[in-house]
Amino acid sequence: MKKLAVVATALSASLTALLSGQASAGIAFISNEKDNTITVLDIDALRVVKTVPVGKRPRGMVLSPDRKTLFICAGDDNRLDVMDTTTFQITSTHETAGPDPELLDIDHAGKFIYIANEDDGMVTVINAADGSVRGEIQIGVEPEGMAVSPDDSIVVATSESTSMAHFIDIKSMKVVANVLVDTRPRVARYSPDGREVWVTAEVGGSVSVIDASARKIKRRLTFNIPGVRSELIQPMGVQFSADGKKAFVALGRANRVAVVDTGTYETTNYILVGQRPWHMDFNADRSKLFTANGLSNDVTVIDVASEKAEKSVPVGRLPWGLVIKP
Amino acid sequence: MLAFFLPLLTLPVRSDDAPAGSTGAALDVKIAYLGKSYAEVEPLSLVDKVFTDKGIQGARIGLVEDNMTGRLIGQTFRLVEAIIPESEDIRPAAVNILKSGVSLIVADLEPTDLLEVADIAEAHNAIIMNIRSNDGRLRNDQCRRNIFHVPPDWSMRADALAQFLIWKRWKRWGLISGAQSQDKDYADALHRAAKRFGAEIVGEKLYAYVAGSRRTDTGHRQIQSQMPVLTQNLGNYDVIVVADVGENFGDYLLFNTFEPRPVAGTHGLIAVSWHRSYEESAATQMQNRFERKTGRVMTERDYSAWLAVRIFGEAVTRTNSSDAGTLREYLISDKFEVAGFKSQGMNFRRWDRQLRQPILLVGPRALVSISPQEGFLHPKYLTDTLGFDEPESRCQQRG
Repeated sequence: MKKLAVVATALSASLTALLSGQASAGIAFISNEKDNTITVLDIDALRVVKTVPVGKRPRGMVLSPDRKTLFICAGDDNRLDVMDTTTFQITSTHETAGPDPELLDIDHAGKFIYIANEDDGMVTVINAADGSVRGEIQIGVEPEGMAVSPDDSIVVATSESTSMAHFIDIKSMKVVANVLVDTRPRVARYSPDGREVWVTAEVGGSVSVIDASARKIKRRLTFNIPGVRSELIQPMGVQFSADGKKAFVALGRANRVAVVDTGTYETTNYILVGQRPWHMDFNADRSKLFTANGLSNDVTVIDVASEKAEKSVPVGRLPWGLVIKP
Repeated sequence: MLAFFLPLLTLPVRSDDAPAGSTGAALDVKIAYLGKSYAEVEPLSLVDKVFTDKGIQGARIGLVEDNMTGRLIGQTFRLVEAIIPESEDIRPAAVNILKSGVSLIVADLEPTDLLEVADIAEAHNAIIMNIRSNDGRLRNDQCRRNIFHVPPDWSMRADALAQFLIWKRWKRWGLISGAQSQDKDYADALHRAAKRFGAEIVGEKLYAYVAGSRRTDTGHRQIQSQMPVLTQNLGNYDVIVVADVGENFGDYLLFNTFEPRPVAGTHGLIAVSWHRSYEESAATQMQNRFERKTGRVMTERDYSAWLAVRIFGEAVTRTNSSDAGTLREYLISDKFEVAGFKSQGMNFRRWDRQLRQPILLVGPRALVSISPQEGFLHPKYLTDTLGFDEPESRCQQRG
């Protein structure tokens, strides 16, 4: 049985290499919230390699540090699906302790996974190896964003209805600071140097830049796009360029990705993409940025240097999350 | 060493102690839920159950959420529940609450009782959240400085429907209304909406016959012959608009109209702030939370009460104050914003203290659309295309 699995893995890997024409093809995993599937996209050929059925309402995803495993939150099934990133098979499924897992992050050692349980105000910490529960931490109403600090000492969780970013000490598993941000915070992300945490507020239409050590808001960014009504500006996903000098913020129903200079905090450009970009990720050298567009059911490729949208590729229905295995 | 640490890693820890980051003095905030157990209108359809705890259940869940936020920053919220029999006078109960120092009130009251409470001397500086009445008079001639309105009134609902019907190019309406006063209010709002958005009411009939019971054996035979007659000679209509708040005949119009036309208004396609079929913008989480806690579906009044308690919580959290004057200033300012699963922040109109909000248009089984519709523009808020805008408002007590 084990032998068979190895053969299948090797076969699938060579098939992937064959399809993409090169062995080192990057793969994007896109969670299709309405289809209950993960689209596996070859990001060089921009071709769908496979569509994998998973649990109901898949949204947040995270890769293990060794990139061999993809963890997928299936909210309506209250479970975490685990995918082998070479064979694209679901290798195991863990029932989550809390209901409705939405987003998650993993520490850099690959030991613990932090999951936002949207329905009950909890962060569940599980052991990555076997899915067993390490503990639960009560935060605000409707937890969502989750970000482990670069030094693995803090995890920042956001709660949408409470409008806060909660700083949780990983060792003691206790909340050590609560920062009130704008309405409906969705995503938290550490800047590459670990000094700042960027928290997007979907309804507030802003990004709060939090000083990671003082745990205070040092800057509040808003977006003004001529011809686009302010209520359509819904900041969601955030990513930083390789040198950390540019931040990319997906603006939801404004159908754009904002480019922010991280030195001046000024928005320098808006890139028109598909409809309602939510989560984003880069290819290996961070020269291309990919956005999951919920309402147009596609993924847009942005050239980072020229800040231009190059192409959109159809995926499943209501694409939500996007994670790239370089 | 390893042996010592291992059990720590395998034993699940539960951390729900209060937390860090609470600065300043602790705040203890009391919110009163003041209501009467009015007789509930029985829905025509037996599919819809009669609930006698609409509203209060939403408020209780809102309170839990306020406290989940509050406990992180040293704020405690309490709900004082006062629901009295319909036959009793509301005044003593209200005075009691106000004299005990509670000035944040969620009012589950019909207009007469609501105004009586608002006009009590001690209520002068209170904040009263209307969560029940759709009556347009409370937002216009009878508006009060201390009343805020959470549910959309009849005019907002009629305008939300009208925008959609215009978008569909169903511009000729046949209007059928019941004989009760609220039916007339909604019919008036539909007349106003037709005029505002360019529809025409090509025929109008009053349906005064009161069937009496939602349960009649072989009743469908009567319905099948009566409804076509009712919808005949109404002109060349694209759609029947119905105003039957009292639940006497509205549902019977569907598939029984003389002409093969859709039905909208209080039945068929309805304009509401909440519905079980609604799932967008994280509404699913709210629906699940509510059903898990109460064992029944969340109604519009539950949503209004939940939102009212969340509005108080949001204002207290952001201002770090429980003073009614401070909270009132904040609530009518541009800074205030509350999220209610409508994909945009909601705030109050300064001129009549009505909550701005998108309105759901729902068929019997599923969401059809959300108004305001594309193309209905407003210089400030698109949602101000629904209901009475500032120049039209007859509210004298503004701001």
